[in-house]
Amino acid sequence: MTRTSFAPVQRTLHWLMAVCIVAMLFIGVAMVATISPLHLTLISIHKPLGIAILLLVVVRLIARFRYGAPALPADLPVPMKLAAGLSHIALYGLMIVMPLLGWAMLSAAGYPVVLYPGIHLPPIVPQSDHLHTLFWNAHQLLAFALFALILLHLAAALFHAWVRRDGVFRTMAPVPYRQQQTAPAE
Amino acid sequence: MPQPRSPFLPLIAIAVIVGGSAAAFAYTAGWLTPDRLTPNRFADAFRGPQGPAIGHRRNHAKGICFTGTFESTGAGSALSKAKVFTPGLYPILGRFSIANPDLAAVDGTQRVRGMAFRVATPDGQEWRTAMIDVPFFPVSRPEELYELTVASTSGDPKAVPAFAAAHPELARFGAWAKTAPWTGSYAEERYNGLNTFIFTDGTGAEHPVRWSLLPAEQPVPVPPDELAKRDPSFLEQEIQQRVANHPARWAMTVTVANPGDQTADPNQPWPADRRTVTVGTVTVAQIEPEPDGPCRDITFDPAVLPDGIKTSDDPFPSARSAVYAVSYDRRTAEASAYPHTPAGAKP
Repeated sequence: MTRTSFAPVQRTLHWLMAVCIVAMLFIGVAMVATISPLHLTLISIHKPLGIAILLLVVVRLIARFRYGAPALPADLPVPMKLAAGLSHIALYGLMIVMPLLGWAMLSAAGYPVVLYPGIHLPPIVPQSDHLHTLFWNAHQLLAFALFALILLHLAAALFHAWVRRDGVFRTMAPVPYRQQQTAPAE
Repeated sequence: MPQPRSPFLPLIAIAVIVGGSAAAFAYTAGWLTPDRLTPNRFADAFRGPQGPAIGHRRNHAKGICFTGTFESTGAGSALSKAKVFTPGLYPILGRFSIANPDLAAVDGTQRVRGMAFRVATPDGQEWRTAMIDVPFFPVSRPEELYELTVASTSGDPKAVPAFAAAHPELARFGAWAKTAPWTGSYAEERYNGLNTFIFTDGTGAEHPVRWSLLPAEQPVPVPPDELAKRDPSFLEQEIQQRVANHPARWAMTVTVANPGDQTADPNQPWPADRRTVTVGTVTVAQIEPEPDGPCRDITFDPAVLPDGIKTSDDPFPSARSAVYAVSYDRRTAEASAYPHTPAGAKP
């Protein structure tokens, strides 16, 4: 049986995480660019939201292994198929790595990792100026890489939806499309 | 059959959406507004005559570590549910410092001294604070501190007077600097947190407070002319010798605002009759030089607070937290410029 769309739980997770991750990236660059009280407010959101994303991506990977993914259109050129596959692996990788880097970077700096007043996580690496520099640089660079990848992902999704109109966007559409009169090209 | 459509309009739409998203991101990050006072720009302002103190804190560059205890009286529990105010003995880690970005600052000529510490409770919560021995902050807002810092590190002799002319509140600091007695020891200073924080008690009631450390030692005034003749690092030598013989102590007091007292401006002290509670005793039991000391690789970020203490409408803790983080990111990346003492070397 060939599935024509992602499972509802996968779509829900995709769009929920899309909102969280985009918010996270904007909060991240905003909070390090201001000295106003907004700085503390944004940081107090950034930390628990990052851990929430880490938990959600675990659930999402389980869903992915459980439900798989619909096949890409047969007529999609091989380089585009390859790009789709690799960019999705990179997106999953960054979703896992970014929160861990943030957590590790605070641990290496000896900061308590406070999610909410009175609730904190244990350090995951020892205090170390060297590790802090490594993780901080990685967290920052990969954040820009993640944002670039998200823009690419967005452009590709809209390209499928508006230019190729090949049914790929529909597989992950936020609300299910009405049943088409004709089956999408296979 | 759907009509074949030109891909031109959809491609334009995609370019606009992606380009607009990238522009929004760039704006949020401050890349399109170079005049924004970002933490990075603020940190750039802290420089001595030879430039920034590479590998060191960007401000209060010169300092020395200590360890000791905070012994809570329990009296603070009525104001804050923070664990640190329940009776007990909690480990403390801190730093004495000279309030200057110049690592080569001569102790005897520096008017403002600082003391910072971190108290940890067994539940893993931390309270970090960095205080100075001035009874009020020289300016009212972080932006003014930036301007004053730029003026005082510019090397232009007219810059600070020009700032002072535009900010009459600085005159009070000037008067304090001229008239307040100098002492010969970090242990004889009173240190003030200056910023207002909110204590939340067990019932959820909130109390705006400011805190101070009152020295157990009687301050002995020393004429500044005499201090200027001492060793450039006499404060560090003195506190090492003193604490080697016996611990140095401070009473920690918390002053509670009356209803209606402003809480946003650390330049404005509260009237002297405000209720003051002694919440504990800070004991400095051991001094450790900074290169290998435990205070070297942490920040005394005033926004690191236990449950039961939070920031108020005072804008300084946020600004300080942001700029301390930049200072930390820079100095840890520059650690090779500030070597640890080689193993086996004499301290």
